[in-house]
Amino acid sequence: MKRVVYREWRIPPERYWSLLGFLAALIGIAALSFGYMEHEGHWVSGMNNSVVWGMPHVFAVFLIIAASGALNIASIGTVFRKPIYKPLGRLSGLLAVAMLMGGLLVLVMDLGRPERLIVAMTNYNFSSIFAWNIFLYTGFMAIVIAYLWSMADRQGGPFNYPIGILALVWRLALTTGTGSIFGFLVARQAYDAAILGPMFVSLSFAYGLAVFMLVLMFGFEEEGRPIGPRMMRRLRNLLALFIGIALYFTLIYHLTNLYMAKNDGLEHWLLLSGGIYTFLFWVGWILVGSLVPMWILYHPVLSRKREWIIGACALVIVGGFSALYVIIIGSQAFPMALFPGHTILESGFADGVNGAAAPYWPTIPEILLGVGGVAVALLITAVGVRVLQFMPESLADDVVAPDEETLDAAPFAKPV
Amino acid sequence: MNENATRIASTSDETPASTVDAGRRGFIGTAAGLSAAALVAPGVFLHSVAAAPRSEPVTDSVRWGLLIDTAKCADGCSACVDACDRENGLDLQEPHGSESKWEHQKSVWIRKVKLQDNQTGRITNLPMMCQHCEHPPCVDVCPTGASFKRADGIVMVDRHLCIGCRYCMMACPYKARSFIHQNTSGQLTAVPRGKGCVESCNLCVHRRDHGEESTACVDACAQEGHGAIVFGDLKDPDSAISQRLREIPSRQIREDLVLNTGVRYAGV
Ligand code: SF4
Ligand code: SF4
Repeated sequence: MKRVVYREWRIPPERYWSLLGFLAALIGIAALSFGYMEHEGHWVSGMNNSVVWGMPHVFAVFLIIAASGALNIASIGTVFRKPIYKPLGRLSGLLAVAMLMGGLLVLVMDLGRPERLIVAMTNYNFSSIFAWNIFLYTGFMAIVIAYLWSMADRQGGPFNYPIGILALVWRLALTTGTGSIFGFLVARQAYDAAILGPMFVSLSFAYGLAVFMLVLMFGFEEEGRPIGPRMMRRLRNLLALFIGIALYFTLIYHLTNLYMAKNDGLEHWLLLSGGIYTFLFWVGWILVGSLVPMWILYHPVLSRKREWIIGACALVIVGGFSALYVIIIGSQAFPMALFPGHTILESGFADGVNGAAAPYWPTIPEILLGVGGVAVALLITAVGVRVLQFMPESLADDVVAPDEETLDAAPFAKPV
Repeated sequence: MNENATRIASTSDETPASTVDAGRRGFIGTAAGLSAAALVAPGVFLHSVAAAPRSEPVTDSVRWGLLIDTAKCADGCSACVDACDRENGLDLQEPHGSESKWEHQKSVWIRKVKLQDNQTGRITNLPMMCQHCEHPPCVDVCPTGASFKRADGIVMVDRHLCIGCRYCMMACPYKARSFIHQNTSGQLTAVPRGKGCVESCNLCVHRRDHGEESTACVDACAQEGHGAIVFGDLKDPDSAISQRLREIPSRQIREDLVLNTGVRYAGV
């Protein structure tokens, strides 16, 4: 094993600037969309008084939980002392901060009164999980920046482990907090479940790693840096494992709901008759987002091919968006149980007449705003790796640390 | 950008729009525990509509509430809804977008709901509005404290503090809140509204603060001869509402959530 050398990302300037230009254009379009929705009011969006959080929230929540998931790689390296992941720690931290920034921007730009952000930062209602999240997010950024320093600076070395632990605990709190934004809403049937906190943590593992792997593979390929099969195998197995955990939580969530009779209607609707939501659940979330990538990642032949691994990562991300669409929008579209045991025949406020789901179709400005958040995250990452030494020069097998366990080693020292 | 929040057109002739009810302003600040916020947008203070504005701070010696007798609520009648719309300027909303979209995006503070019991087939009509919960989920979740409960039990939104995040709408079990999706025009001085904020029934708070007896919906219902809604002080054992509550069985909607709502229903 050689010493890991980090180097700035040096792709040809034309390529670099066209990449930045592309991302900046996406951000510009998102800014126009924001201006349009803000100037006209939210009536130009698909959101209404029943589905109050729409597509921007799907993007924002995806970016925020993927941000915390992206930090896993760094944690595994430092906290769980797996040396093979150490060279990836810096990129993992950078990506985490970048995605969090992107996600928060989308969230803020979708407020009805975005210019009052200062109010949100100076008035806190401490019984609100939302207010707590503001601290969790800002704290996360500060901690990850300190973490990056401890990884990159010689003087930071001794602090690396304690900061790593703090970052790990914080990111778990952050994702649990994000899940709890939904998990403690007694009003909505799909949300009234504390399991959403840990479920979001499990989803974040998979989404964060999928994004991380794509960025890593893209960055390395563009510049011709090698990634060895050993590293690839590790990442791919980890992703498959994370998808499995996420599936497990999804299963438990629905089984718990099915167990509670009052949620039968919701589950029946979601799993069988919810139209687009049912489709996105089964096809997007379960099939495309979980089972197919797992199959690829465990396939003896395909799992060795770079293109297939990229495909699996992309599918996990598609699945992530489907999952969040179902969780965030589907749960609002399902009518609230105002009068159990009754059917609403007429209502002046779309209360789910005869059990009808609330309408919602994302509009172009909403989608463009969300895409802008993704572009912000990628722009920060691209600039970061270009100007600072975030990426190791090589991840070839002879550079990365050997696997610490070998299969034939005895699990315990033999008694003498 | 948000000129509409600060442009409060007066459609009420009696009062000059510039009269600021200082007592009320002071109150909103203290009640929400957020007096500093009153400095945020000094143009948006509420204006008085009638003589004799309340000069004392609101206390918790009263708790305002409504009792709705669904047996008296007539099928097809929308007097309360229309009166509320007029009282709070919601009838001045101009449609935006397609008709079906507007149905889902316009502000509604009170609505008529017609229900059928799944077992017995019995039909019930009732008006739904903010239930003025004693433990309001909307107040719990609001990040800035814009959603607040007054000492007299009225739950409302401080328009200076609301950032339009809509988390309160996610949390309200009664779907009582509306988001203002569009530019507003021709508002009433007593009821400032602004694009990007959330709003809901406030038990005609401007009437409360000028010593008027009832709410617009109650008056309209009585005028129609139905008398299905009673307004009053739940804490005063002699008030009409307390007496009526002692006489007839009533319940809260979604009683399972134990929010101790200020709005009670008989016959559901
Ligand atoms: S009914 Fe809804 S808006 Fe009114 S106090 Fe209760 S939770 Fe808040
Ligand atoms: S929309 Fe306004 S009132 Fe509702 S939770 Fe957000 S800040 Fe509070």
